[in-house]
Amino acid sequence: MNFLYAAYAVTWIIHIVYLGTLLRRYTRLRDEMKRLNKTED
Amino acid sequence: MKRLFPIFAILTAALLSYALYAALVGAPTEQTMGEVQRIFYYHVPSAWTAFLLFAINFLASIQYLVGMNPKATRVANWIAGAIAVATVLAAYLLPLPEGVRPSAVATSGIAVVGLYFLIQRFFPEQKVDVLAVTTAEVGVVFCTIVLITGPLWARPVWGIWWTWDVRLTSTLVLWLIYVSYIMLRRFSSSSQTPVLAAALAVFGALDVPLVYFSIWIFRTQHPQPVVGGGGSIDPRMLHTLLINWLAFMCFAILVCWSRYRLEVLTRDAEETAALEAMLEPRSLP
Repeated sequence: MNFLYAAYAVTWIIHIVYLGTLLRRYTRLRDEMKRLNKTED
Repeated sequence: MKRLFPIFAILTAALLSYALYAALVGAPTEQTMGEVQRIFYYHVPSAWTAFLLFAINFLASIQYLVGMNPKATRVANWIAGAIAVATVLAAYLLPLPEGVRPSAVATSGIAVVGLYFLIQRFFPEQKVDVLAVTTAEVGVVFCTIVLITGPLWARPVWGIWWTWDVRLTSTLVLWLIYVSYIMLRRFSSSSQTPVLAAALAVFGALDVPLVYFSIWIFRTQHPQPVVGGGGSIDPRMLHTLLINWLAFMCFAILVCWSRYRLEVLTRDAEETAALEAMLEPRSLP
């Protein structure tokens, strides 16, 4: 049973970590866009 | 399209929850392996999803390489059509490994070529390169899950975490090739990077059929396929497997959707920054 739960937990941990990296990259990009828009003004 | 995203996300979350319930509770317990067999419902759909994403990456990379020359595009289209016809003929005329159905081979050939033309239709010019990056990255995520859940199943069933069997080794090689693809995209700033990466992806994807068909061609420790390979499976187990695959496919589409958008926005921002740097007045010495 432990192996089963470990496999399912690892699957979702990997997906959540990847989604977290995507979110972090989005946030960084949004900040960069804001900075670019400011310099344009 | 933006409005569709949250609706699709909610539907996917519901489907994933149902798939998890079906995998842990709904499906019957396998007699010889017991509860640990349920890893199969996450391991196999993740592998199928990764293979499909790598196949899309392969087709997008070919499109990108031939798309630089209209004549090459026309030749590639004719070759794609010929491959579809040849696959159908070969499926019914040539002897196939035991358990492989001719209809499955013919359908796969037609589906891959159909996908090639769909990508050509909906992802013109640079968009096809964005699609290649997206599918490679998400494919690596799913392939990582395959490589971790496999040993977690093998330890209680085989008594070992890993064996250098053809199926396992070729999957690890596939993962390494695509990790190197991502590294190349991430750390190389050369204008030739997309071309180099596309060439690497074309070679890397050649490993996918080896991984998939290795259990038919070679004597391996990996279990034989129970779907499309002549094996038998309880209908409730098959239902659970297919529901989980559908759920993971929907999840992969969602993640690819977000990653694709991120890549487009990043490229737009880079272009704007480069343009701004060019227009910036420089102080003369």
